[in-house]
Amino acid sequence: MEYFLKLFLSGTAKGSIYALIALGYTMVYGIIQLINFAHGEIYMIGGFTALILGGFFFSNGMPVWLVLLLSVLLSILYAAAFGYTIEKIAYRPLRGKPRLSALISAIGVSIVLQNFVLLAQTEKFMPFPSYLPEFSWLQPYKEYINSTQLIILGVTAVIMVFLTFLIKFTRTGKAMRATAQDMHMAQLVGVDVNQVISVTFIIGSSLAAIGGVLICSYMGQINYYIGFVAGIKAFVAAVLGGIGSIPGAVLGSFILGWTESLGTGYISSDYEDAFAFVILIVILLIKPDGILGRTQRQKV
Amino acid sequence: MKRTYMLLAVFALAGLMVFSGALNAFAAPTIKIGVAGAHTGDLASYGLPSVNAAKLVVQNINDKGGINGQKVELVIEDDQCKPELATNAASKLVSAKVVAVIGHICSGATKAALGIYKDSKIVTISPSATNPPLTQSGEYPNFFRTIAPDDAQAKLAANFLTKTLKLKKIAVLHDKGDYGKGFAELVKQYAEENGVQVVLFEGINPGAPDYSAVVNKIGNAKVDGVVWGGYHPEASKLVQQMRDKGMNIPFISDDGVKDNTFIEVAGKYAEGVYATGPTDTSTNALAIKAIEEHKKTFGTEPGAFFLNAYAATQALLNAIEKAGSTDYNKIVAALKSNYVDTPLGHISFDQKGDIIGFGFSVYQVKNGAFVELK
Repeated sequence: MEYFLKLFLSGTAKGSIYALIALGYTMVYGIIQLINFAHGEIYMIGGFTALILGGFFFSNGMPVWLVLLLSVLLSILYAAAFGYTIEKIAYRPLRGKPRLSALISAIGVSIVLQNFVLLAQTEKFMPFPSYLPEFSWLQPYKEYINSTQLIILGVTAVIMVFLTFLIKFTRTGKAMRATAQDMHMAQLVGVDVNQVISVTFIIGSSLAAIGGVLICSYMGQINYYIGFVAGIKAFVAAVLGGIGSIPGAVLGSFILGWTESLGTGYISSDYEDAFAFVILIVILLIKPDGILGRTQRQKV
Repeated sequence: MKRTYMLLAVFALAGLMVFSGALNAFAAPTIKIGVAGAHTGDLASYGLPSVNAAKLVVQNINDKGGINGQKVELVIEDDQCKPELATNAASKLVSAKVVAVIGHICSGATKAALGIYKDSKIVTISPSATNPPLTQSGEYPNFFRTIAPDDAQAKLAANFLTKTLKLKKIAVLHDKGDYGKGFAELVKQYAEENGVQVVLFEGINPGAPDYSAVVNKIGNAKVDGVVWGGYHPEASKLVQQMRDKGMNIPFISDDGVKDNTFIEVAGKYAEGVYATGPTDTSTNALAIKAIEEHKKTFGTEPGAFFLNAYAATQALLNAIEKAGSTDYNKIVAALKSNYVDTPLGHISFDQKGDIIGFGFSVYQVKNGAFVELK
């Protein structure tokens, strides 16, 4: 039972890592039905920005909490600018064209960003210092969960609540829902669709940056390629939960995390990926739109 | 007229040949040693340094009057690392009546040539062929090498964890790749032969953000040590997550982790981690001297396997001297029973022909650096 609890908590921690990235995926998809493959790269860029700025601030003798705050805020800003620009350059000109074009464009952006960081920064693995606090009261339970995992879990929960609130109860959220339902109709009734989509990308990229800082702090390392592996898993989680649905992305991520952890713990880690994809196939066979996905008629 | 000249020329030539043959017969016969390997083609850079090494050692010994009063002469043959050319080269060396061969360079070419040398009773010492069965199959009693076989690393790790650390129950993890999984499988095999229980043998996904599930599994298996076959990025995540959970059991890994990037990335978590890696020869005085000789004679830095070939030639000449003759059986016995000081260290050969005294060493991270454990 104790072993099960450990594995369950490890799965929960893993799920919240996936969820941090999956939330951004699902949000963009929910609004413009585009799988933004560059999302994983924005996450990586967020991590790199925090690494560079954090090192700079820290060597200037700032206190740790200020280093953390400043580097997180600035990397959010930088990643948001990236998201905004990518949408404007690579996706907006293709809006209204066949969906496959935008998808290919997204893959292209992803490769460009990876190589940009590879050339501009380094191909090596870099140590990622953790500026996150260590909770001493958690020390007796260190075998179950550590401070960073708890912080990631908490941040994921806060972000999920924030996004749900944003989409359900604010004016921007209303405009987003309108755009998601019918872009032309929304335009006719006076919604600035371009602005709404830009805001969506800015929020999505900010989330990716937060994820980048937290997850890299947890792993203790960073490299130009980390966005790809994490991005694929987060994408699977988003599809599992019903892509486009905010709570769905979180639920899907937890299910994926639990499956992988329990599968590893009781069977073998050799088949970790196999468990994840078997679950995906089974759920999609039963509910083709994912667990919390609404069945929507295909829009033209 | 014309015909007379021709005849004269033929006689003159024939006379010359007889004359030179006669001259040779009067001088003390030389000891012929073959040097075979890739000297042209894509892999020439692996083979040419061995030729230079052999030349340097032979020149040194000839300057001192040779072995047992006989000068040493090199016969150099190219095989381009191709098995079909290696058999040609071997046949040529056999007809040139060489006593022994330094070579070949690539494992495939070496294997092709070895049968021919075995039939002609010619000792063969390769500076670079690492394929394990070449020695371990016992098929080629004439074969020796001055490089560790591919599985030496795993054998060393397994012996280290059983004999030095005295572990009884271990977990073996790998990254599912050729290198990591290959190492892990061999460690498992040798550790089990040493009576260690391998209770966990699993592959993990390289690049994944989190390994806490498998770390929990290690904790649950109550092992006294973890072996990792793979590279440093995963190793640092595993060690970090293990130490975070309060698991301070030994972590033993391979050459893929014995890299300073591992210490940079893992930071304080790297302390105490064991890793195997090639024995360091950079502080060996003989190695420094051999490299200097090369620079003086050839004007360049030596290339791949230079020191291995240097040691091979030294070991061979030493064995011929100790044997007191060029008899095959005596040379083989002398190689196995004598130690020689070479640039690789104080070396000899085991019963199967593998080098003793050089190969892989165990390192441990101490105060932020890998330190060789003696």
